[in-house]
Amino acid sequence: MTELLTNSGLQLVLLLLVAPLLSGMIKTLKARLQTRRGPGVLQSYRDIFKLLRKGMVIPETASWIFTVTPYVVFGTATLVGLMIPMTTTHAPFSLFGGVLAVVYLLALGRFFLALGGLDTGSSFGGLGSSREMTISAIAEPAMMLAIFTVALGANSTNLSEMAKVAVGQSWRFLAPSQMLAFAALFIVLIAETGRIPVDNPATHLELTMIHEAMVLEYSGPYLALIEWGASIKQLVLMTLLVNTFFPFGLSSNWTAQTVGVGLVFYLAKLLMLACMIVLVETTNAKLRLFRVPELLMVAFILGALALISTFLF
Amino acid sequence: MNTFPVSAAFALSLAAYAAGGVASLASWRRPSMARNICCGAALAGGALGGLAAVLGILQGTPVHWSVPSGIPLFAYSFSYDALGGFFNLILAILTIAVSVYSFGYLKEFEGKRNIGFFGFLFHLLLLSLTIVFTAANAFLFLIGWEVGALAAYGLVAFYHEQRESRQAGLLYIIMAHADVGCLLLGFALLIQGSGSAEFASFHTAAAHLSSARQSAAFVLFFLGFGIKAGVIPFHIWLPAAHPVAPSNASALLSGIVIKAGIYGMTRIFLDSLGGVPSWAGLAVLIVGVVSAVLGVLYALMEHDLKRLLAYHSIENIGIILMGLGAALIFRVAGHPLLAGVALIAAMFHTLNHAIFKCLLFLGAGSVLHSTGARNMEEMGGLIRPMPVTAFCFLIGAVAISGLPPLNGFVSEWLTYQSLLAGFGATGGLTRILFPLAGSMLALTGALAAACFVKAFAITFLALPRGAEASHAHEAPRSMLVGMGTLTVGCVSLGLGVTWFLPVFNAMTEQLLGQRVVANLITGGGFVLSAGTPHSGTVSTAIIAVGLLTLALPAALLVSRATRRFGRKSGPVWDCGLPALSEENEYTATGFSKALRMIFSVLYKPRREIQAVFDVSPYFPKEIRFESEIEPTFEKWLYAPLQEFIFRISSRMRTIQAGSIHAYLAYIFVTLVLLLLFGVRK
Repeated sequence: MTELLTNSGLQLVLLLLVAPLLSGMIKTLKARLQTRRGPGVLQSYRDIFKLLRKGMVIPETASWIFTVTPYVVFGTATLVGLMIPMTTTHAPFSLFGGVLAVVYLLALGRFFLALGGLDTGSSFGGLGSSREMTISAIAEPAMMLAIFTVALGANSTNLSEMAKVAVGQSWRFLAPSQMLAFAALFIVLIAETGRIPVDNPATHLELTMIHEAMVLEYSGPYLALIEWGASIKQLVLMTLLVNTFFPFGLSSNWTAQTVGVGLVFYLAKLLMLACMIVLVETTNAKLRLFRVPELLMVAFILGALALISTFLF
Repeated sequence: MNTFPVSAAFALSLAAYAAGGVASLASWRRPSMARNICCGAALAGGALGGLAAVLGILQGTPVHWSVPSGIPLFAYSFSYDALGGFFNLILAILTIAVSVYSFGYLKEFEGKRNIGFFGFLFHLLLLSLTIVFTAANAFLFLIGWEVGALAAYGLVAFYHEQRESRQAGLLYIIMAHADVGCLLLGFALLIQGSGSAEFASFHTAAAHLSSARQSAAFVLFFLGFGIKAGVIPFHIWLPAAHPVAPSNASALLSGIVIKAGIYGMTRIFLDSLGGVPSWAGLAVLIVGVVSAVLGVLYALMEHDLKRLLAYHSIENIGIILMGLGAALIFRVAGHPLLAGVALIAAMFHTLNHAIFKCLLFLGAGSVLHSTGARNMEEMGGLIRPMPVTAFCFLIGAVAISGLPPLNGFVSEWLTYQSLLAGFGATGGLTRILFPLAGSMLALTGALAAACFVKAFAITFLALPRGAEASHAHEAPRSMLVGMGTLTVGCVSLGLGVTWFLPVFNAMTEQLLGQRVVANLITGGGFVLSAGTPHSGTVSTAIIAVGLLTLALPAALLVSRATRRFGRKSGPVWDCGLPALSEENEYTATGFSKALRMIFSVLYKPRREIQAVFDVSPYFPKEIRFESEIEPTFEKWLYAPLQEFIFRISSRMRTIQAGSIHAYLAYIFVTLVLLLLFGVRK
């Protein structure tokens, strides 16, 4: 019980602190790659802090759904973060929900975010909600197929079990099924976190925005919660990717030393994945909305191939 | 063991339904009395039926009654076993909620409609369903089945002055008879094998049938029960019939009447046929996947709230069939434990779907009651005048989308786990099918979430889109209590699943010879497991507590910030144009536009825009917009079938000359032929 509480506490702190750092890092890296100076790594912390010290404007047309949404978004993202192994294979809440709970809890957050977008009656909100639900619906089967490939190899849907199996074996990333599943999940990651070429996190142009359109009416502390939740969700999905496919530095013991070593490895792996995302974002243009399903179809086919190759090899 | 309490409660509930039906018909001239009799008797019958089910499940041993009838092959035999008891439990829960709801709902009918006749049909339906779930004789089962179909027909065509209702009723009755025809032939095969019409005798007889006959029996029963359950491609009657009935009847039709098909499949496939033929499970699984995906895709294109819900019934029947198909496959492959988990997934989803679909139909009924509109595009903003209805509908929407921590998530989670287990437990190409079916379940879930974002948000959020919606009022208290009961059901079955699951012990023991629930519960009783060690676990109770614990500090943070920095309400951002109105809001059609374009291969959408303008096409005076999707199955399957039948029947007309002498000759010839046939035997 005490281990559960300390572990949860530690992971919670890590989640809340690393998530904005990661967003800031991606922004800065992207700026550097595009030969801009960029806002600095700490900008996301400053944004959240600033938003928490602002007054709020609630649209007159909004109902209580609008006010509940930020808590649901923040709560689901954080809870999901506790189910994922970060520095060691021990995820504090692993027993209480595996990868299916992760996917469905994130869907719960999205469900409310979409309702919040429609609640104000603004056409932007409706537009964002419609697009978000559409894209996530197409991304979901690809995501599940890729996850199933890994889960079937580990014979469990619990992320700690999956990580333990991955740590116990020799590194299998070069097996075709693993590489294909990684590619599929990477595309899904891009779509789910709203990055180029699916969505542009920096835009407020009505023709192109998805996530930003849904949260257009939010301000002050509510917006802070939503943005914070979104960055935690991004961290969680990236963690899922790095720790499933690159289980370096993960230890199945839970001691101060393994946590420390794990943390260093973990941050390094995240940085590598962030570099990949930045590279994709910089070298690609945003796709037209109706080209996005084609990209996700590619992810689905990669997932299916991954599955078939587990069957073959 | 003392079987008296179960028998007594069961008999009394049958009596309550029978008496309630007759009494409400007798008091049709006094609407208020008829209403009270109808709802009161249904409430009593539901409570007694629920008592019988709970006692029967707790007792664990089947109870049999049999009264010979003197007619060969026919006896009044009932058997109250774990499977039938479980379906009776579902029926009882829905009956209680719907009858409380109807106290308020039927008030609207007073002076306009014949409440006595409605009560008669309503009770007849409940009575026949109870008989179907407990009958132990094929003919008794068929009688219950047929009477239920007729009662449902009466309810579908209740608003008979409307052409839409009459047509839906006609379609329903035709399909219902196609289904009875298939069942009759299926039972004939089994009866021929066993020489008796008792269900107990089929058990041994089915094993001795030749494989061709086994397959024929399976196909006939799958057709018959599939039509009843509304699986694709036999679904066309469902979205036509369920929405046009009065809403309290729609709730029962979608909640439990289609589940009779699921009951029949489980009873015959697992109990009587014993899982054979070996490809049966695969067929059920594939049909389930197709129904789930197509059902939700069609639901997305609906803007009629009740039709949308009807399409979701098709989707959820598909999800149930995925679990059932997996159970059949595992049983034949010799994995009783996995089969048990898959069966529990299917049966739990049956219960869950019954509860949240009933809740959603009752919610739609309240909206209809208050605004008179079924088209979502005329609604909007109803969360303000109807806060309780909106809350109940939201809970139902979250549950049906399979989102944690509510009950829909738990049964979908179990279905996922069964499908994943299938990869290791089977060989050959079947292995690959399981995870693919799982990914289609993911697609279904995500599309269902999109659809219920649309259904809830367009109906209840933002500004009212029509005059009726702006004058809406909250439903009467009894209707709210009826919905509230089911809302509590959704939440408690979700959070308390580990305490509910032991209900399935008797059922898996009876059908598969093994108790499996103990394998499904770990972590001090709070955690649901997928059955095998190291496989997935989940705990909805802890998820719920975790969400609240994490949201609480966030709420404190926000409330401190608002106290210091203020919070005010202001207009929505309107791009600097004159204030936004309801005309700027996103519509249901607009919301589903993206998916309509992505799946245009399936929908084949057609749209027509006509603009009337004076000077320049940029300033139209009037715009007419029309958009529709192609009804694939109606056009390519049912239209040719209908044409074929009409052609045959116009040929047949030559022998139907209208002369009574000719008809007497036909009867005579038929009689002689039958006698010859009998003598030859």
